[in-house]
Amino acid sequence: MRRIALLVLLISALLAACGTTVTPTPAPTAVPQTATSAPTAVPPTATPKPVTLTVFAAASLTGAFKEIGTNFQAANPGVTVTFNFAGSQVLRTQIEQGAAADVFASADEKNMSTLVSENLVASGASQDFATNVLIVILPPNNPANVQTLADLAKPGLKLVLEDASVPAGNYARQILANMSKDPTYGSDFSTKVLANVVSNETDVKVVVSKVDLGEADAGIVYVTDASAQADLKTISIPNNYNVIAHYPIAALTKAPNAALASAFVAYVQSADGQAVMKKWGFSPTNP
Amino acid sequence: MSRLFHRRRLDGSPGWIFILPSLALLALIGLPILALVVRSIDRDFLTYVLSPTSVDALKLSLLTSVTSVLLILLTGTPLAYLLAHWKFPGRTLVDMLVDLPVVLPPAVAGIALLMAFGRLGMFGSWLNAFGITVSFTTTAVIMAQTFVSAPFFVRAAKIGFAAIDPQQQEAARLEGASEWQVFQYIMFPLSVRAVLTGVVLTWTRALGEFGATLLFAGNLEGKTQTMPLAIYIGFETNTHIALVLSVLLLAVSLVFLALLRRLETQG
Repeated sequence: MRRIALLVLLISALLAACGTTVTPTPAPTAVPQTATSAPTAVPPTATPKPVTLTVFAAASLTGAFKEIGTNFQAANPGVTVTFNFAGSQVLRTQIEQGAAADVFASADEKNMSTLVSENLVASGASQDFATNVLIVILPPNNPANVQTLADLAKPGLKLVLEDASVPAGNYARQILANMSKDPTYGSDFSTKVLANVVSNETDVKVVVSKVDLGEADAGIVYVTDASAQADLKTISIPNNYNVIAHYPIAALTKAPNAALASAFVAYVQSADGQAVMKKWGFSPTNP
Repeated sequence: MSRLFHRRRLDGSPGWIFILPSLALLALIGLPILALVVRSIDRDFLTYVLSPTSVDALKLSLLTSVTSVLLILLTGTPLAYLLAHWKFPGRTLVDMLVDLPVVLPPAVAGIALLMAFGRLGMFGSWLNAFGITVSFTTTAVIMAQTFVSAPFFVRAAKIGFAAIDPQQQEAARLEGASEWQVFQYIMFPLSVRAVLTGVVLTWTRALGEFGATLLFAGNLEGKTQTMPLAIYIGFETNTHIALVLSVLLLAVSLVFLALLRRLETQG
């Protein structure tokens, strides 16, 4: 009896430990990895049989792409669009590990060009569809009484950023470096601000949540994330320091549904798609 | 059924109907472990083990998990003792509460900890008034680990305490031993193996803690980035570090498993 009980304990301990240590690469989606047959001339809408289009998109695109997905489904009966939203670097890694994605929309050029160099995206296939800029967010009650960008260097302030591997985290660090070049802030501004970082989160939405919950005193995120969370206070970052994030999109060379993937990319670039991007606070590239 | 088992005993061959499914399951568990080890073998293995990220994560994991285990020993042993030997109203409820973290998804544990001890949490806001902030600190890592791993110790120790013949306690009490003396000279020595088993289980679980830590404590190298978090971040930036740390955790887990075997077979 006792041994059995111990065994059960052991097994559950291992299960719990393993279940959390190994990060889930989203299971290669249900779509079978059909050999990419040459894109047929038949438009995807002509085949009413149900197909699933898998779109891997940067976390900052969550709201906008969900709306675009709904519109795309309405325009293409029989098509289901499923999304995997995460930090662009997570998505890139998953695609490299063989995840069966059709479309990749990144929050930076770096992760896209890596996929191009690995022939997972055809060279020349990637095109920018929107831009975004960054902004400082504060909890609704502003506990650290942050009034200006200079206050970010106040000792003891709790700042959350995205990890440097996340596009937004990389941009935030570039902005701080830009500000350090300005004598108004001083050359050690970036060092002082980065010393206040209490956590490097894995995507931009987590930073928004932790600031909104009041756990942190400030965060740096995209303008679009800040406007999606109305109760947050914000401090805008002037253009001469800010970084313009370019969002590229591409159908993947190993896309299980190549034709449909191209159709989705075209839809994002269409007037309808660009209008949705604008509505969610992005600057459309083809307005 | 009984016939099958009977046959097995007679000629020692369980038949393919048992062997094939078993092999499938063993392959599912064994192949990823094999791949992990093979892929991490690299002439730069040591370079990655000794990289600052890896060393920081190792040190922090060791510090936090050992602290968690000590805290659990100090508070979990009396609790296990109470649950094993004291009938009180609501004992079943307490029992269930203690078991809850075992079945709770770690992300739920993380959110629950934030809601309670976060800066604006139910009790965290009160602590904050005294200038104590828990989230984003090493303390938060220890709290998350203690939360998720304590049940493994309490359950194991409780089984150990409950297995002791009550007559031995009675005898000691008749000799005039105090409750503490009964525990110190009778109960603890007789259940030391169960307690050690609990320590090993708890320690394994604390070392592997990920979800609650990421949510409640955040991710900062040297402060809250334990090995599992470094593996998660490393997977996206530096796969080598992720692989190397995974293999180290695997090795530690194997050692713990071997310890458990010893503890059990000596019984």
